[in-house]
Formats: sequence, structure tokens, C-alpha cells
Amino acid sequence: MIQHLTILLAFQLLGEAISRAAGLPLPGPVLGMALLFLALLGVPRLAAIASTAQGLLAHLSLLFVPAGVGVVGQLDRLGNDGVGLALAILGSTAIAIIAGVYTFLAVARVLDR
Amino acid sequence: MTDVADIWIYLSQGPLLWLTVTLIAYGIGDWAFRASGRKPIVNPVLLAVALLAVVLTVTGTSYQTYFEGAQFVHFMLGPATVALAVPLYTNLSLIRRSLLPMLAALVVGAGAAMVSAVVIARAAGVAPDTLLSLVPKSVTAPVAIGITEALGGQPSLTAVLVIVTGVTGAIIGTPIFNALRITDYRARGFAMGVASHGIGTARAFQVNETAGAFAGIGMGLNALLTALIAPLLAPWLVGAY
Repeated sequence: MIQHLTILLAFQLLGEAISRAAGLPLPGPVLGMALLFLALLGVPRLAAIASTAQGLLAHLSLLFVPAGVGVVGQLDRLGNDGVGLALAILGSTAIAIIAGVYTFLAVARVLDR
Repeated sequence: MTDVADIWIYLSQGPLLWLTVTLIAYGIGDWAFRASGRKPIVNPVLLAVALLAVVLTVTGTSYQTYFEGAQFVHFMLGPATVALAVPLYTNLSLIRRSLLPMLAALVVGAGAAMVSAVVIARAAGVAPDTLLSLVPKSVTAPVAIGITEALGGQPSLTAVLVIVTGVTGAIIGTPIFNALRITDYRARGFAMGVASHGIGTARAFQVNETAGAFAGIGMGLNALLTALIAPLLAPWLVGAY
């Protein structure tokens, strides 16, 4: 468990360092994910961290709670635009989900043919 | 005997209290989610956040004090994001076969998210300078904030819009897919990750492991795509009016 966490943190650290040094538009953890993925391809033995990774990902929702609480205090920032922004988010999230899922299915269907 | 107020003052200064309360609030949210028969509207994040907001208000606790405890939970977002590489790796053959559908869905989903958000907000009378902060709302928070800074919007407003988008996607995703009778968990997960980043990905993992893996890829790829095209698209989108 500690070993697994060390591996995850090491890749995050590597990601942060590279992202910062190269001025990439990606946050360190996302780059760390890509690097760990490449490392897994090269060193399949690393997949032993799967148990810890699954444990973390099963409760991914929990990790957004502190940021969410911060947002509640900022809701007045929406000001007069609150209703318009809420409509935009609801509408565009639904549109993006539907557009994305149907595009995926359509291309997958063409390729399967 | 020590006064209750003294104990409170002692506890409220350390991180233990708010860390524990955060976990309890999430435990209650998760329990309610399960008790409801896993209804998407009973979102554990939303419930926990609402509970904590009430507790902080009632006890007169500042967010800064709260975050001293909650930061330990918040910190784990980093390693959890890195951990998304594992489901990517275990679903490798499935992912390899889905590269083209993913790329197409990425471009269409990310484009639809940005364009429709600005068009709807503008039609609803949202001020033009606020529109800029709305453009990257489907992207994971640290990237979205960076994009908004580059566009000249308000980063703190973007942070709010990003979280609200994530919770919205987590709530409406599953009902939409079920209503449309879409059973392909690759497509479902990927669309969720592109439209509603980490919170949508967390929700996808609750539904299905494959959906979660694809959502994680969708989130990562959209962070990259939006960071690259938002600076080109946003001035045109917002300036088109």
C-alpha cells in the first residue's frame, strides 16, 4: 500500500516537474497519468498497484467535496448572471454528453462494418 | 471539567475535526445514494457539500479553517488522477479498438460543450466578459483555471462553473443514456469524461469500471484539446455577437 502510494506520488511529482519545466498546458497529475500509463506498457509488473488504484478511484467522488464546499461560498460571484449560467451549464452539458455519445457510437458502427 | 466551548476551540484549530466531518458528510451522502437505490439525483458529492455548507454556516467556520482539515482529502485528487492510468492499462485492448470513435467523440463533445455553453448563456443575457470564464467549464479544474487566465476571464468564477458542470453531468448523464437506451459503456463513459471531467468520471466509476476507464481518458484528452483550441475559439465565439 505504501509502496503503491509512493509510485503514484512519484509519477505525480514527475508530471508536475515536467509540466512546469516545459510550460505545458497540462496539469502535473494528468501528465503523471500519461507517464504512468507508458510505464505500465513497458513494465507490466507495475500493475501490482491496481488494488490501491482501484481503492482510490472507487471513492473519487469524495475527493471533490472540499473544492465543492469552496464553491458554495463563491456562488454569489454568479451575481445577476446566475440563472443564465445555470441554464447554459445544464443545456450545454446535456448537449455535449448526447453529441459525444452518439459520435462515438456512429464512428464505432462504421468501423465495425 | 473543561467547558464544551474550550474543547470546541481546541478542536476547531486542528485539521482533525474538519477532516473527520468531511468524511462523515461524504459517508452520509454515500449512504443516502445507496439507500435511494443509487438514484443519480441523490448525488453523494452534492449532498456532502450541502451538509458541510450548512455545518460551516451554523458553526461560523470560515472556508480557510475548514480547508486546513479538508486539504488532506483534496490533496488525494492528484494521486487519484495518476491512478487513472491503471484502468487505462487494464482496458488497453478495448481502448486500442476504440481510438477513432474516441477521437471523433472528443472533438464533437468538446466543441459542442464550448459552443453551446456560450450560445445559451448569451441568449440568456449573460454579460460578454463572463462568457470567457464559461468556455472551459467542461475541463478538469486546474486546466480550466489556466485556460481562463490565458483568455483574460475570472479564474474563481471558472472554478465555480467547473464544479457545477461536473455535478450536473454526474446527475444527468445516466438518466440521459438510459432514456436513449445506450448500453455501450465505452461510449457512455467517454462522453461523461469529456463533458463533465473528474466528477463525471467519478460517477462513471460508480456505474461501471469500463465506463470509468473511458471517462478518465475523455477527461484527460479534453483537458489537452480545450487547452489548445479554447484560445483560438473563445475570442471568435464571444466576439461573434
